[in-house]
Amino acid sequence: MTETDVKVLASELKSQYGDNLNINADRFFTKLLVDKVKLLDLMQLLHDKYGFNQLSNLTSVDYGEEFEMVYHLYSIPENIKICVKTRIPRNMPEADSLITIWPAADWQEREVYDLMGIRFNGHPNLIRVLLPDDFDGHPLRKDFVRKG
Amino acid sequence: MALENAADKDTEELAKHNILVTTLDKLWDWGRSWSFWPLNYGCNCCPIEVMAAGAARFDQARFGYEVVRAVPRQADLLTVAGPITLKMKPAIERVWAQMPEPKWVIAMGNCAISGGPFKDGYSVLPGVDSIIPVDVYIPGCPVRPEALFHAMLELKKKVKQGDYRRS
Amino acid sequence: MFDTDIYSVNVGPVHPSTHGGLHAEAIMNGEIIEDVIVHLGYVHRSVEKIAEGKTYQQYVPYTARLDYLATNLPVMGYCQTVEKLLGIEIPERAEYIRVIMAELSRIASHQIAVAATGIDLGATTGLMYAMRDRERIMDIFAMTGGQRLLSSYIRIGGVAADIPEGFIPAVNDIVNDIPKMMDEYNDLLTGNEIWGARMKGVGVLKAEDAIAYGVTGPNLRASGISYDLRKAEPYSIYDRFDFVVPTRNSGDSLARWQVRIEEIGESGRIIKQALDGMPEGEIKGKVPKNLKPEAGAEVYHHIESSKGELGYYIVSDGGAKPYRLHVRAPSFINLMVLPLISRGGVFQDIITNIATLDPILGESDR
Repeated sequence: MTETDVKVLASELKSQYGDNLNINADRFFTKLLVDKVKLLDLMQLLHDKYGFNQLSNLTSVDYGEEFEMVYHLYSIPENIKICVKTRIPRNMPEADSLITIWPAADWQEREVYDLMGIRFNGHPNLIRVLLPDDFDGHPLRKDFVRKG
Repeated sequence: MALENAADKDTEELAKHNILVTTLDKLWDWGRSWSFWPLNYGCNCCPIEVMAAGAARFDQARFGYEVVRAVPRQADLLTVAGPITLKMKPAIERVWAQMPEPKWVIAMGNCAISGGPFKDGYSVLPGVDSIIPVDVYIPGCPVRPEALFHAMLELKKKVKQGDYRRS
Repeated sequence: MFDTDIYSVNVGPVHPSTHGGLHAEAIMNGEIIEDVIVHLGYVHRSVEKIAEGKTYQQYVPYTARLDYLATNLPVMGYCQTVEKLLGIEIPERAEYIRVIMAELSRIASHQIAVAATGIDLGATTGLMYAMRDRERIMDIFAMTGGQRLLSSYIRIGGVAADIPEGFIPAVNDIVNDIPKMMDEYNDLLTGNEIWGARMKGVGVLKAEDAIAYGVTGPNLRASGISYDLRKAEPYSIYDRFDFVVPTRNSGDSLARWQVRIEEIGESGRIIKQALDGMPEGEIKGKVPKNLKPEAGAEVYHHIESSKGELGYYIVSDGGAKPYRLHVRAPSFINLMVLPLISRGGVFQDIITNIATLDPILGESDR
């Protein structure tokens, strides 16, 4: 698969997911912005059918009203890359866990829970990983205030 | 001239006759200062320079400080190298409590002294002296092995003079 | 006749295996490991939050403190990410100098892996030999960046200053001595019977597990997958150099150890080619005084660090400071397989597995 094939792949997915999927691209990545409810479905498809066997990066950004989950996927050894994003409302910060597809999501989702406060449905061990268990708050949120 | 009165209090006079008058504390302090037993502790970049100080080029064995112990109950010098994070705080308090007296602390590096470059963050304590008493502060980021030796030699002066807290 | 209990033994966070503050709680059934629970966060210095309060230039020294054994690698990764975001061009001479410093850092990092594995398994001479060799590289870093360990010599746009007088002869000396260094490590340790008994067949990581868990770097290559970002997605000028990616198939601790030693040799080859091909010229490109990427721009850039794939994800809001900076830390993700490879082994295998996975806690906890 080459860069042009990634665009072909993207348009195939667009016809499959319709309005639940938006595609754009910058100089670096083709980006798929998918609805939260279709995330697990899309990720399973990308892993099983299109061969993205490496979940390279999983992180989150606080945009005020919404959080954005960002995933960078790669295929080894061909090194094809794609970026998947989904938006989560601030008043209900939940997403589906990808641990059943890539075990690499395990600690990365725990870190997002720890620092950003997003819960992952289906994660077997969603506890803090970097901060003490009794820490109050989620520091990477923009409204976090340091105490003391 | 022979010494006639054995109760003579003039120590200089006694020394001429090869008689040394001291206290046991002074003798123990002299011995301790020449061979600290550091605890093998470190978090972050500074302990790499502690490793380099123990290795062949800088060689802390020249000063007598090469007996590095892994167990706090056998060590008497805690070199706090690196920042104290919220999660590390109970661990280091416990380790400090397990060390027997007399014991000393060198706060090594900017992180241990004041939080260093990470004091703006939410998870680093503003210096190790907020939880345990410190004897010598040595700044640096990271502290060069020569600077670490300077700190140890300053501590040696302090201990030789008996200038530290006693239990 | 005798019953064994299930009990837990703590390895760390204060432990002489000098990888920082790693706390591995081993759940033991007699002598056999049932499970390992890894507790991280003892070196969590809120590096990602601090990034939101510093300008792009001010943040460069913080990246050196992420992976402090191979400092030029995370600094180069960060600078390249910012240059990608802003579209800054780097002069040729600076690219060559960067590659030399990056590969020297890789060698220094693998030498510490040799030293630390040596002392963890009880071979103190390994520590002494590897640290002695590493001091020569520390001198090069002090010569160029002014700092032995945490030099921020690589900057956004190029490098801080041109290479000084004694640089090329000193680097040449090191490169010529690398085969001798590798022979010494192999003679002293790799062929040793005790070494083999403690490392062969211990901590086996299968290839499909390695990919599924996101393991990268020498750990992945020791399991048979020949994936190195310098070849798969060449950044900087790595596509101009001729080098081999060492791979092994057994996936055990001995394989991980051997891959690292061979990588020292390959890095030496790259440095030699870079020294031969280095042109004259500028050492810093045109960098605007106030670095302000356009609002909404984001980039994910990754490099092959000595531990694996080190990535930076930066989102900009148009201001002078990043809106969000995330570090994809290879050590954090590599440590995820520690329970997997330790189960079923004996207690001392935990030390071998940690040492050969070669995590660095500063990067793992950020």
